[in-house]
Amino acid sequence: MASSSHREAHLQRSLPLPQPSRDNAEFYAAAARGELRFQRCTSCGRFRHYPRPACPSCSSRDFTWELSTGRGTVYTWTIVRGPTLPAFQDRLPYNVVDVLMDEGVHFVSEVLDCEPEEIRAGMPVQATFVAVSDDVTLVKFRRRA
Amino acid sequence: MRSDRSTIRDQAAIAGIGQTRFAKSLGMSEYEMAVEAIFAACDDAGISPREIDGLVRYDMEQTDEEQLLSVLGNPLLRFFAGTAWGGGGSASVLVVAASAIASGMAETVLVFRSRARGKQSSYGKDPTQGGRYWEKLSTSLPGLNQWHVPQGLVSAFQEMAMISMRHRIDHGTTDDHYADVAIAFREHAMRNPNAVMRAPMTRADHHASRMIADPLRLYDCNIETDGAVAFLVTSVERARDLRQPPAVILAGAMAAGSHHIRLSTMFERPWEEESPVRVAKQLYEMAGVKPREIGAAFFYDFFTSLVIIGLEQYGFAPRGEGGPFAANGGLSWQGGRLPCNTSGGQLSEAFIHGFNNTSEAVRQIRGTSTAQVEGCDLVLVAGGNTDPTGAVILRRL
Repeated sequence: MASSSHREAHLQRSLPLPQPSRDNAEFYAAAARGELRFQRCTSCGRFRHYPRPACPSCSSRDFTWELSTGRGTVYTWTIVRGPTLPAFQDRLPYNVVDVLMDEGVHFVSEVLDCEPEEIRAGMPVQATFVAVSDDVTLVKFRRRA
Repeated sequence: MRSDRSTIRDQAAIAGIGQTRFAKSLGMSEYEMAVEAIFAACDDAGISPREIDGLVRYDMEQTDEEQLLSVLGNPLLRFFAGTAWGGGGSASVLVVAASAIASGMAETVLVFRSRARGKQSSYGKDPTQGGRYWEKLSTSLPGLNQWHVPQGLVSAFQEMAMISMRHRIDHGTTDDHYADVAIAFREHAMRNPNAVMRAPMTRADHHASRMIADPLRLYDCNIETDGAVAFLVTSVERARDLRQPPAVILAGAMAAGSHHIRLSTMFERPWEEESPVRVAKQLYEMAGVKPREIGAAFFYDFFTSLVIIGLEQYGFAPRGEGGPFAANGGLSWQGGRLPCNTSGGQLSEAFIHGFNNTSEAVRQIRGTSTAQVEGCDLVLVAGGNTDPTGAVILRRL
């Protein structure tokens, strides 16, 4: 059995980041420009997220990358109080939210500048962008009136 | 279910169960624990390891076919398969084993899970080497977890917290309902000498336990333990003549599609399309039974809240009423509306990824549980209810 200090030494302290692929490169490229874009089916008009090569409603493979309004409401949430990854340890407690976007897709993110006790289901939020590395910009949210 | 084809109905039975001790840390490798549990299952059934000709495991299981063959005496392994996505497959492994037997692809199928999952059981840097796998995640995420881990949602308990929170928003499920589940399972564990957590738990104890990820408290979460569990599944004809009363797999079903929150697809669909609901429909059809005929049920109790949701998905309570169903001793082995997880489950006995629930289901069928339910002829065993999942109904011969 490894000792606690031995175990700690192996824990990862840098932020885990998405590894973009051919399926989702456009999402991350847009985010880096400060744009939230979702795939939208050309055939039936349905939006989808996470990115995928065919529509979950009609199976059409034709789609465009549409600019989102960035608006949504908190559908569900949690306050992470620990344990968590060492990379997030300094932020405890922090919120994670599932945002139901105006476009009808769900997006897992965080509401910035919001105390744990202030998070509510139905809270209106607006997308914002946080560059976390040279290649990756994460989509976060702020409260809106 | 097509009636012009054979199904797995009544084709196979669990003839042997085996396990290691369960503890927060055993200081054993997963390989070593697997071997101990497998030999114990063989002894229980009166079957030689050399007779094993099929093997079903989780695809994340670290003890593979090659490692096992050499210590089982190199049997002719002619069928092997894995189920995906961890705990959702805890009953699916039995569905796959029964399918192999029903189709003649194998006669004696080993099903097992070995896991050094105690939080101090980590060995080395690799996430496959025990401990909390999520603490050793890569910092570059090519899979679908890239959509939530970088946001701070790093592990199953945080994902399930968000699903549980939505259930509270929609249905008013409360901390007291969660406590009802935790206390019932702890009372079962107190009767079970193999259980890791056997101290009494009061409602106040539950409510005072620290919040891990709202709305889940420490006592809403599965414990972190080491251990292994193994089963031998064989044909009903053969099981009839073996050492133990067979636990016949009356019916089994699987469904995929309503994943973890990481995919954000779960909330996009009506609840009737959730995988466990689809499993339940197939299962009851194949079995020809109704939920009220089930004598005891085993839900994948990684969290108290998911037991409540499972009660609804498997038709024991209407949608949103799983909490009230669990109240007032609803899940107790003695006099409960539906005795559940009678060994203490993943919450209080051990966290062997659901497999210890199945062992206890077999003991209920054999009549050897330490919390034996009277007249328990039919037992439901369900896999984790957000993953692609599966379930079986076991019966007495």
